[in-house]
Amino acid sequence: MNPEIIRVVGYVVAVIAFVALNAAMLVWMERKVAGHIQRRIGPKEVGPFGILQSFADGIKLMTKQLIVPEGADVLLFKVAPMLVMIPAIMCFVTIPFSEQLAARNINVGLLLIFAIASVNVFALLLGGWASNNKYAVISAARAVSQNVAYEIPMLITAITVVMFTGTMNLQEIVLGQAGGFWNWNIFPVGKNIGMVVVMPISFLIFFICSMAETNRAPFDLGEAESELVAGFHTEYAGMGFGLFFLGEYANVFIGCSLSVILFLGGWQGPFGLLPGVHWFLLKVYFLIFVVMWMRWTFPRTTFYGLLNLSWKILIPISLFNLVLTGAFIKVF
Amino acid sequence: MSEMACDKHKETFVLNMGPQHPATHGVLRVKLVMDGEYIVEAEPVLGYIHRMHEKMGENRTWAQFMPNMGRLDYLGALSYNHGYAAAVERAAGIAVPERAEYIRVMTVELNRISSHLLWMGAYLLDLGGFTPLLYAFDDREKILDMLERVTGSRLTYCYFRFGGLYNDVDDQFLAEAKGFVARLRSRLPMYHTLVTKNVILMQRLKGIGVIDADMCRRYGVTGPVARGSGLNYDVRKNEPYSVYPQFDFDVPVYTEGDSMARYMVRMDEIEQSLRIVEQAIDGLPDGPVMAEKVPKIVKPPKGDYYHAVEAARGSFGVRLVSNGTNTPYRMKLRSPTYSNLSLLAEVAKGVTVADAVAFMGSLDLVIPEIDR
Amino acid sequence: MGGYFKEIFDGVHSLVTGMGVTLKYLFQPVVTEQYPYVAPTMPDRFRGHIELVGDEETGATKCIVCGMCQKACPSGCITVAGEKVEGVKGKVLTKYDLDFTKCSLCGICVESCKPGAITFSKEYNLAGLRKEAYIYDLKKRLEERKR
Repeated sequence: MNPEIIRVVGYVVAVIAFVALNAAMLVWMERKVAGHIQRRIGPKEVGPFGILQSFADGIKLMTKQLIVPEGADVLLFKVAPMLVMIPAIMCFVTIPFSEQLAARNINVGLLLIFAIASVNVFALLLGGWASNNKYAVISAARAVSQNVAYEIPMLITAITVVMFTGTMNLQEIVLGQAGGFWNWNIFPVGKNIGMVVVMPISFLIFFICSMAETNRAPFDLGEAESELVAGFHTEYAGMGFGLFFLGEYANVFIGCSLSVILFLGGWQGPFGLLPGVHWFLLKVYFLIFVVMWMRWTFPRTTFYGLLNLSWKILIPISLFNLVLTGAFIKVF
Repeated sequence: MSEMACDKHKETFVLNMGPQHPATHGVLRVKLVMDGEYIVEAEPVLGYIHRMHEKMGENRTWAQFMPNMGRLDYLGALSYNHGYAAAVERAAGIAVPERAEYIRVMTVELNRISSHLLWMGAYLLDLGGFTPLLYAFDDREKILDMLERVTGSRLTYCYFRFGGLYNDVDDQFLAEAKGFVARLRSRLPMYHTLVTKNVILMQRLKGIGVIDADMCRRYGVTGPVARGSGLNYDVRKNEPYSVYPQFDFDVPVYTEGDSMARYMVRMDEIEQSLRIVEQAIDGLPDGPVMAEKVPKIVKPPKGDYYHAVEAARGSFGVRLVSNGTNTPYRMKLRSPTYSNLSLLAEVAKGVTVADAVAFMGSLDLVIPEIDR
Repeated sequence: MGGYFKEIFDGVHSLVTGMGVTLKYLFQPVVTEQYPYVAPTMPDRFRGHIELVGDEETGATKCIVCGMCQKACPSGCITVAGEKVEGVKGKVLTKYDLDFTKCSLCGICVESCKPGAITFSKEYNLAGLRKEAYIYDLKKRLEERKR
């Protein structure tokens, strides 16, 4: 058999296994973080420190019946959860965990991730609409306009990075940040002194947008359990709900790893020492921790508050950043 | 529901919020006619937890009705105990010893604090912030533990008796209460940093659900909701009862009338209640906690009596009609949130669901008390 | 323009200080009670369901079958019965049933009891599958405790 096919199959299996395992661990981590922030213990019964809790939950979800509500569009209703999961897995293909550890090195990797990740919102819309539930429809409409509003500043900030690094290849973006933390894009003292002003703000905007993109609190308007019960997955039971859940965590991971690759030097060590996958994972999990920490601190924004933030603050500032970047690249 | 709901040409739809919905905190059902995310009409539907408390009152002796008072507003049950006990005492002409009144005020104010803390947490839960609830519960737990030691129950208190109290408090309770006052005082700045000053919270509460003073008068709104709209009305000050005139405390009033004002009123009330508790501990007189000449079977003389108290959610009034027997002829309970809820239909018009939830939460609804 | 940036700065500042609060609590010990492992002790005045008090020496009930508790109960959940026995003054308790499905734990019965024959139990783990499990025969429970 063609060794290339074996390699591809191997990668796909590895990626799916990683996504599932990672999501399970993130659910556990979220519950632990939430617990300790709220001065509780969190899961502790299943396995040491409750580490197997997510697997127990997974088994429970899998044994449950997938109920299709009356009047629902059966086909779309069943397709939607898969549509959440598939783009999430596909995004992992281009993410370089380390110099050697990447499924596929594509020269437009950044573009590919944005293109595929946009499908995610389509799944939310389908899921919400197909459920034949009023809460789900409202939530789906919210999720779509939220994603549209936040895609713009996110892409603009991504453009500043691309302009600065001159490549869309994620591998090369990371390689360009080698040496030490002074070369990282978030604070590139070593490369372009002018960009020191622009990049931290770009990072903040990018991070906020990636949170809004993944429907994480405080931007979880799509789920908004105190307003819309459970939002677009109100009617989903069993693994249908489970896939939405896994997809959310996979997207959080992708959002955080993109932030790490674009701004925090990917797998590079802070002093140029021992570059490798450990640095990448350390940074990503730290960012994920921040995401969780924010979720368990803030109340939810409202819809117009969210759009105001995007159109009145994030987009003007990111556009201004873009202009500044152009100027600084020319000047310095 | 109006024609709006049935009109197929208008692109509106009916959304049932409740009776099982995370934001209605119980079995309240709100029928919403929606135009997209905006509410065209809101109609609260009551009666899902109606237990005929008023009718029950007509079928049992005066003393036997006491346990029911813990089941109306289960978050601030002691105020209700107080209201009913005081009404019957007024009817039967029973004088209460001063020590008993002091302890009543102390426990009622502690209960008010616990109710406001729970409200704060639950309100933040409505707004999507989970953590303040647990912090508030941490403090509330201390109050519940203290009151459990004294009254024997944690939530549905039945502590007051006609003419006094069921039990006296001990020194340990006083020491604990004193410690709690210090503890909560040191915790309040934390709540303000975490919650009150949060920009997201301000954005969600400022200018949301504005009620003016005139509207409050029209609907008979009382309590923190009225005080958030600039109405300086507090039964403890306006119709003083018990030993409240002996204490030095302020009535927080905000004039904005929005959800933030109601939030601030309650947070300030916690501080004022702490002041009252502190003064009550310091000035607690010695003496009996039960009046000496309480008849074994209370039979108030024929007549019509009313007594109002300031419960955590507003003015709670008990109207008793006695025909001189050992059971009330008529028992009317005036619960504050029933009036407060009626604002919803008018205020919710034209706002989004999220804002309606923010408004409804700021009313501090306790459904069993609305339905009675 | 200055107001615009001040608003952003104040907003970010409030968010960061809020996160500071939660971070502080993240590293503080938990305050929850680990219930099945650490069982709480009920305070003296805890109002559980009622229980007959046995005499300290003989273990016999102090109940004189006056029926005051039955009369005082708002929910009518107590049934007391007694009979005359030769050579004993007053009545002797033959039956003391508590219908716990109706009881609201108000404690008026305990207050009304002159001889102090009933008290609150400290039991709080009350779960059952059938309604009948909550019709307590207090007399039998007292006799079982005596043994």
